[in-house]
Amino acid sequence: MKFKKIIIIYIFLFSTLYADENNLELIKIYKNLRCLICQGQSIADSNSDFASTVKLVVQDQVKEGKSKEEIYDFLISKYGEWIVYQPTFTKTNFLLWAIPYLLLAFGGIVIYFLVRKNKYNKSN
Amino acid sequence: MKINISKIIIFSFVTFFLSIFWLGLKKDNNYNTKNIIGNKISNFQLPSIYNNKFISEEDLKENKFTLINFFASWCAPCRAEHQYLLNLSNRNREIKILGINFKDKKNNAISFLNELGDPYNSVAEDIDGKASILFGIYGIPESILINEELVIIKKIVGPIDPKQYDEILQLIQ
Repeated sequence: MKFKKIIIIYIFLFSTLYADENNLELIKIYKNLRCLICQGQSIADSNSDFASTVKLVVQDQVKEGKSKEEIYDFLISKYGEWIVYQPTFTKTNFLLWAIPYLLLAFGGIVIYFLVRKNKYNKSN
Repeated sequence: MKINISKIIIFSFVTFFLSIFWLGLKKDNNYNTKNIIGNKISNFQLPSIYNNKFISEEDLKENKFTLINFFASWCAPCRAEHQYLLNLSNRNREIKILGINFKDKKNNAISFLNELGDPYNSVAEDIDGKASILFGIYGIPESILINEELVIIKKIVGPIDPKQYDEILQLIQ
């Protein structure tokens, strides 16, 4: 009897965890999708007709086993890149992706030279 | 003359960022339908509103031009554009109109068409709205003009107005 109870509790716990994982994945996708008819809201934040329809389509595609990228590509083909918050990496927007890293590297170089200069000044 | 490298670097950075902001301000960030013009419509299969048959993209290949119109009985702007759809269907044989009834009740849709007239050659229903995403629709009414190769040649967001009606006529001539 005790053993049965433990099994039931385990099944309950794991099914909840699995459902939560699925939901989290869906919410992640919704958050990267722009609600085209709302002011500054993502599909996750909006309860509009458009947002609820997109949510249904995303749920279907996740159930079909499609990856996040495949879902984004499908929606981009229908609504353009404006529908995703995170733009895809292309020839035209490579700077957008590269600038933060370039700035980080530049900052590092500046700090390095400043520290070196300070040390040099102190030693003199 | 001594060149101050740090001043040149700062100046280049400021110029670079200002030019990016300036270009960004000039860019139109509003949603438009440019990206879907020239694309083929997706495969679809929707139940007819009148019988148990299904309507698919195969049925549209027989038409020289097809106007796919998303409408609903609860949509006020759909009433406003209805006259233009009737004109298109009465005056032009080159174009067939497929109505897709969006998130509506079958009886209400049929009453709507009985009251205002039926411009559609066939009417399909999209009860949960999922098919609208296949066509890149985000509100109704919206219309998509396709040719016999099922390629999108025009998309109209919102009700058809006199200007768009003339544009459709020009495109199908």
